[in-house]
Amino acid sequence: MSGVEQGALGRPDERVEGWDKVAGRARYAYEQPVPALYVHPVLSTVARGRVLAVDTGPARASAGVEAVLTHENAERLADTSDAEFAVLQGPHIGFCGQIVAAVVARTPEEARRGADLVQVREYAEEHDVVLGPGHPRLYCPDELNAYPEADTRQGDPAAALERAPVVLDRTYRTPMEHNNPMEPHACTVLWEEGTGGGSLTVYDSTQGVHPVRESLAQVLGLHAEQVRVVSEHVGGGFGSKGSPHAHNVVAALAARAVPGRWVKLALTRQQMFTLVGHRTPTIQRVRLGAARDGVLSAVVHDVEEHTSTVKEFAEQSAVCTRMMYAAPHRRTTHRLAALDVPIPFWMRAPGETPGMFALESALDELACELAMDPIVLRERNEPDLDPETGAPWSDRRLVQCLHEGARRFGWAGRDGRARSRREGEWWVGTGVASAVYPHFVNPGSEVEIVHGQGVYTVSIGAADIGTGARTVLGQIAADALSVPAERVRVRIGDTALPPATVAGGSAGTSSWGSAVVAAARALREEHGSEPGEGARARAGTPEDAVAPGYSVYSFGAHFVEARVHADTGEVRVPRMYGLFSVGRVLNPRLARSQLVGGMVMGLSMALHEHTVMDARLGHVVNHDLAQYHVAAHADVQQVEAEWLEGADVRATPMGSRGVGEIGIVGAAAAVANAAHHATGVRVRNLPLTPDRFLVGPRE
Amino acid sequence: MEATIILHVDGVRRELTVDTRTTLLDALRDRSGEYSPKKGCDHGQCGACTVLVGGRRILSCLALAVACDGDEVTTAAGLAGGEDGPHPLSRAFVEHDAFQCGYCTPGQVCSGVGVLAELEAGMPSHAAAHPGDPVEATDAEIRERMSGNLCRCGAYPAIVAAVREVAR
Repeated sequence: MSGVEQGALGRPDERVEGWDKVAGRARYAYEQPVPALYVHPVLSTVARGRVLAVDTGPARASAGVEAVLTHENAERLADTSDAEFAVLQGPHIGFCGQIVAAVVARTPEEARRGADLVQVREYAEEHDVVLGPGHPRLYCPDELNAYPEADTRQGDPAAALERAPVVLDRTYRTPMEHNNPMEPHACTVLWEEGTGGGSLTVYDSTQGVHPVRESLAQVLGLHAEQVRVVSEHVGGGFGSKGSPHAHNVVAALAARAVPGRWVKLALTRQQMFTLVGHRTPTIQRVRLGAARDGVLSAVVHDVEEHTSTVKEFAEQSAVCTRMMYAAPHRRTTHRLAALDVPIPFWMRAPGETPGMFALESALDELACELAMDPIVLRERNEPDLDPETGAPWSDRRLVQCLHEGARRFGWAGRDGRARSRREGEWWVGTGVASAVYPHFVNPGSEVEIVHGQGVYTVSIGAADIGTGARTVLGQIAADALSVPAERVRVRIGDTALPPATVAGGSAGTSSWGSAVVAAARALREEHGSEPGEGARARAGTPEDAVAPGYSVYSFGAHFVEARVHADTGEVRVPRMYGLFSVGRVLNPRLARSQLVGGMVMGLSMALHEHTVMDARLGHVVNHDLAQYHVAAHADVQQVEAEWLEGADVRATPMGSRGVGEIGIVGAAAAVANAAHHATGVRVRNLPLTPDRFLVGPRE
Repeated sequence: MEATIILHVDGVRRELTVDTRTTLLDALRDRSGEYSPKKGCDHGQCGACTVLVGGRRILSCLALAVACDGDEVTTAAGLAGGEDGPHPLSRAFVEHDAFQCGYCTPGQVCSGVGVLAELEAGMPSHAAAHPGDPVEATDAEIRERMSGNLCRCGAYPAIVAAVREVAR
């Protein structure tokens, strides 16, 4: 596969929509300038049970209310096989905060007032929302998110642990967490009756317009051609907008109840805590068997997580352990308990993010136990081949990230003993952790390029969720066509354009960009270097975009300085440095923003994020941004991301791999490891709130 | 109950009839089609709705529209598209790539412009080591003052760099 010519790629172009965003002119889903009715959902208040009766009288009599949808009067859906989308189809309540009614009214205030007036009588059954160790409902899922095997085993880990001179056996916990993109999930929807059975137009805030179209068409019993989904700008997603959710269905039902009139639905921040996914809490037991020189003989990673009773989502938390370090004897397991909780879903690097917190904390603990530098320990367990598959790495360079990162961070001369550095009222420490993220290229995207008056218009229904897709796809096209970027126009975010796979799995640019290259080559092959007016070519993501026979992952090394206040336990992080092996960086300005953003979210995970479920009432207690803390300006000091030069032409024709998620992976472990180095207190239970450090040093 | 009010939004006079429960944010977005200020939480917890009223930053989701009758409201659209060209902070945001998804950005820009004015006026903040210390545009000051504006994409380092550049 020949590489794409250097030109626009590698150049730090500004975002093409930058000024629109800075001015607030970029239009998000709710902001379509159309006269509309407003939809406000009514949510269940019990965690398990059923709706006994809904009195809609007072709501219907309230000013401005046009319709009240309940499970008794809402349209029957054509396909309810995905229970998340079976909204208002029956009285069953599967979690607290499920949609049990919706009010359609002339203004947002009237819709909200109407929703307050809907009287829902609920019957509460006993519920269980708390994942504890060894939960009686644990079961082995048939498959994990994106991975077929829930359990894997190589060699004889039990015997190897028995024989190992040094054994570390630790349990780590990560809490339930919420994505909380800044733009609440929203849609603006129109149902028009007419020839062809009618048509549905949806402006949605989504990571994939085509996946939304597929789901809505299926649920409503429409042909895909009857549904158009548009998503010009997306105010973040981090996974939660990777699929439609119940509110999309409610908005569509509301629109179909008032044909010919637009309806708008924006979830409130509170509603987002139950309706658009979250990261499961995890309980992870990690066992390492090692020789005195640090060489691992056994790695065992057993994970317990929750899912909902409504729909299964199995986070793949231990898959990183299958390939990260060499050890002849290894085992990973995943067990789920289906609880009466909202439906978990993707949150930035699902699997790797919680899993690498556990694995990289355990590595640090082992290094402490062996009085060994944690970088040396990792280097000693560096596998020449992927230990899971035996395949060669396409471009690993983890050790280089660790060594070069250590040099740039200033790791040399570190006193490895915990609690060895005090500056005034602060204990000071440094920590390291590795990062990993798999490389995915999803099949199914197509790109059309049309030439007109010297301008090449590149069309694909891709999503720009803040990644810079609109910009970088133009750069890819410019180089693939050998024209200046000014002569390329990119159209995305609309199902009227050729199909695109979801912006998820750090696979957007890889999947869509490969199709851009293929379409550019097709255009040149079919029309030459001087194409006529209207010359066009179309191509899909090639099946051989990833070279077969290689194990393709991105890697990285995080370095963190942490300060822990000796009296209050407050943790501050003055410095984070990440060095990554991500293949060729196509636009350094945009890639840096994504990597730094991932690290900031990892810092946020380390220090703050924690969704609290009320065991007695079964609801999310801290369901807003005043109580669910995310990192703010004051938390984030020096955060730098860099990368190793090079290109991985085995990964994509551009030589690039994804950069959207690797920044978060391992970051929390690096913070916790640094805090341990500072204080001698090992926190195995995120987040690192001050109380955890007020117990004195312990191992 | 409804009331008729006048708002001067980015220099344009607007007469609006609003439900008296309507916030300034909803009056701008749902009644005027001025979507530059964003709704991230509707509770004053995220800062996405920040606008300048009479030159000072406020959370428009916590202000009732009727309480702003007659006020001069400046949004990020007004800052980016002013008669004298874009505000230097708008430009600095683009150059520093101080955003990704862009949803918190108009609020960050308005808040940043408010911060610049507060620093200029010597208004104190929690970041000062001692009360009465002179106010300077240090990173700690900027971070403290900008902390009401959340950014889930994690563009904070670039946002602080943009504000710092314009402050100096």
